[in-house]
Amino acid sequence: MPKSAASHAISNDISTDISMTEQQARIQQIVEDLLKIAKDMGASAAEAGASQDAGLAVNVRLGELETVEHTRDNSLGISVYFGQRKGSASTSDFSPQAIRETVRAACDIARFTTEDPYAGLAEAELMARQPPDLDLYHPWSLDVAQASALCLECEDAARGHDSRISNSEGASLNSGSGVHIYGNSHGFIGGYPFSRHSLSCAVVAEDESGMQRDYWYSVDRQGQGLDSPRQIGITAAERTLARLGARSLSTRQAPVIFRAEVASGLLRSLTGAISGGALYRKASFLLDHLGRPIFPEFVQIEEDPLQPRGLGSAPFDNEGVATRAKALVEGGVLQSYVLDSYAARKLGMQTTANAGGVHNLAIKSGELDLAGLMREMGTGLLVTEMMGQGVNRVTGDYSRGAAGFWVENGEIAHPVEEITIAGNLRDMYLNLIAVGSDNQLPGSTRTGSWLIGQMTIAGE
Amino acid sequence: MTTDLISQAQTAILEPTGLQLHHLDAALSRLCRPGVDLADLYFQHAKLESWVLEDGIIKEGNFSIEQGVGLRAVSGERTGFAYSDELSPAALMQAASAAAGIVRDGAEGQIAIARQQPVRALYPALDPLASLSREDKIALLQRVDQAARAQDPRVEQVIASLVAVLDTVLILDDQGRLSADVRPMVRMNVSVIAEHQGRREQGSCGGGGRADLNLLLADDFWLQLSQKAVHQALVNLDAVDAPAGSMTVVLAPGWPGVLLHEAVGHGLEGDFNRKGTSAFSGRIGQKVASELCTVVDNGALPGRRGSLSLDDEGTETQRTVLIEKGVLKGYLQDRHNAKLMGVAPTGNGRRESYAHLPMPRMTNTYMEPGQDDPEEIIASVQKGLYAVNFGGGQVDITSGKFVFSANEAYLIENGKLGAAVKGATLIGNGPEVMTRISRVGNDLQLDMGVGVCGKDGQSVPVGVGQPTLRIEQLTVGGTHA
Repeated sequence: MPKSAASHAISNDISTDISMTEQQARIQQIVEDLLKIAKDMGASAAEAGASQDAGLAVNVRLGELETVEHTRDNSLGISVYFGQRKGSASTSDFSPQAIRETVRAACDIARFTTEDPYAGLAEAELMARQPPDLDLYHPWSLDVAQASALCLECEDAARGHDSRISNSEGASLNSGSGVHIYGNSHGFIGGYPFSRHSLSCAVVAEDESGMQRDYWYSVDRQGQGLDSPRQIGITAAERTLARLGARSLSTRQAPVIFRAEVASGLLRSLTGAISGGALYRKASFLLDHLGRPIFPEFVQIEEDPLQPRGLGSAPFDNEGVATRAKALVEGGVLQSYVLDSYAARKLGMQTTANAGGVHNLAIKSGELDLAGLMREMGTGLLVTEMMGQGVNRVTGDYSRGAAGFWVENGEIAHPVEEITIAGNLRDMYLNLIAVGSDNQLPGSTRTGSWLIGQMTIAGE
Repeated sequence: MTTDLISQAQTAILEPTGLQLHHLDAALSRLCRPGVDLADLYFQHAKLESWVLEDGIIKEGNFSIEQGVGLRAVSGERTGFAYSDELSPAALMQAASAAAGIVRDGAEGQIAIARQQPVRALYPALDPLASLSREDKIALLQRVDQAARAQDPRVEQVIASLVAVLDTVLILDDQGRLSADVRPMVRMNVSVIAEHQGRREQGSCGGGGRADLNLLLADDFWLQLSQKAVHQALVNLDAVDAPAGSMTVVLAPGWPGVLLHEAVGHGLEGDFNRKGTSAFSGRIGQKVASELCTVVDNGALPGRRGSLSLDDEGTETQRTVLIEKGVLKGYLQDRHNAKLMGVAPTGNGRRESYAHLPMPRMTNTYMEPGQDDPEEIIASVQKGLYAVNFGGGQVDITSGKFVFSANEAYLIENGKLGAAVKGATLIGNGPEVMTRISRVGNDLQLDMGVGVCGKDGQSVPVGVGQPTLRIEQLTVGGTHA
């Protein structure tokens, strides 16, 4: 029975590799056939993406195995173009007959859509003709017994950490791998295998003030890259315990630290506002801000899609366009939008290889750790959880539920909950005072905590 | 409606694959090893067609088919689950072995299949994709676009979408009970952006239900959606900063019932209460709301978005009283949690698809009407907020804290509606807020049919509703302190 992450079994044996190579070749053939069928049916252009993955999800609760799920998913989507008219269809059935019917359905749809001068594939010269190997595939040959042992170790660590941990939602291990293929009628076809493994734990703590729940997790391309089950469990327990005794605040103005796990949401709001769809619809508070300062001068934000083993890494985007590292914000100035080819044509620009989203976002860290940021803030709010939607991308208006800690003279005074924080994202970005060095979050976004000037806190 | 749903489902799902009932029986027998006390096979075939209009043109159209089977074996608190999108005897047996792997190998049982026809169908077993020609679907979207733009010159952008789904399910459970449901669903969404003197605001509205596309044409339902979306965008063009702090809040009838979904509904789902992780755990029989409040979950309303003739475990849906005159009465149950808690299932076992495990979920959740005239409720407030429309909400089941975000709201001053205010999030604690409901209107409305509920990564369509409500002291998260 493995005792720590260091002893996790990693499988890289030849047989697994051969079967994945075969699987990749088979799906690549399906995509090629499908593009040919589209051409035969008269489409002037076509593109298709297909993926197939399989995995295991195990949950252990209160020391007992609770659920075992064997997952296996197929998906295939095609878009066809008849001149400037587009039709799309998708299926989970990879049989030759279903594929033919899917292409036919897409062609039928295209008879009814309108000519759109901006419709079409991304430009042929932008295709990732020689995609780099990003080392995204590390299958983990775990059986149910091994997976549940890891979960058990994780949950035990959480439950044993403090007598106030009174209940548990359990520990879960998810492990999966598969292959993704994209091809289009430029003659481009590319694909790569991938894997993703995660271990998480959620527990409940209780004292005279009531019940609180929190969780923690680790996620990586490699099983051996996960934090130790014990560490994940202890972190989950500590996060939960810290919330006990939380109370509301009176309504006030105060500076706010967004701890790293919620600061990443502020980065996602940024990429949403500079995404092509929001811009060409004029549905963004950052419309026409390219080349203008949107942050203080110290802020650097970049996207690095080619990071080896990165959780957000991809050698090409959803249109086959070669990805590359780029600065989104430099010296506080907005340097690039995030565009697919359609939005780019609508805006009279070129695609930024962001069809399907951004890959591995990072904001440059400063010198101060979280304790340093709290000292810098003095008295204010440390937010560790956000609730609800409450972000208006058109206006930047921001109002969300929050929980965290009230900080006085640089030290945590008490946990808080049942409050909201409100402002406008445009002001919040400009009022960013510092980014912390605490940037070791799991996931594809790398950020430290953000200290932001005055916001409105509403409470009792 | 006397359609034989089981035959219809067999024709749609099994026939094209060559699967026959004896294959299903064999897989069920493999699932039902000794020690397994609940098991099922869930076959699904779903086809969907959608159209999107933007910039005045039909920009996107999509057609998709998804099908597969999910197999589950439950032993005590332990669940094994596997699914396959390949429908063949071999794939079925392989998935059955994987799912049954949670219990020791043992002799396979033998179960006789009994066909169970639903007692009542809440919607027609018709294909909504075929209910209008494609020409008519497109023409309908164009009418939405034209109506929205004609309503006000400040309307700058209109996005309208139309979705029709036919979902056919066939369920075989450990009792040998074979049941089927054929579930149509349609939905239209309208989103507009209005601009005035450099200021831009968005408005959106959607609606639909378990019916065919003629639902959108009847009583110019499509026009109402378009008008409401434009109205919301225009109101927000003049909105001032929302207030911040604790104040009296009046909620309009209908969709603001998302309050009940978050503050009450989730916390009463059987799984959280079996595990003791809900703020409502162990509180049946206690007073958890003001005595003006009677809250129900009702999956048996004809044609509603959250309705189901049978739930995803083959249990007939029903009206379940959650809170009666302020007192907590019951939880929402699927078969598994009902069995472990020693109560009857309530027809709330739902799953996003064959590839997901069922769990207790809401259907249509609403508060029964009270006595008060809605205008008098507004007039009774000296100073407060009147919230008409909301985006979504979220709840922390364990602490009971919930939020929901207003996107159309007005100040109330001296009993009269004042200026429109910008969107703001409202936050409270479920069991506490329900005790502070001081007036309940006589104007119960259900929403227009647009809700999607997410839980553990699974999305299912739901409905909400309520009459006009007055709540003493709710925290409003504006910027104007």
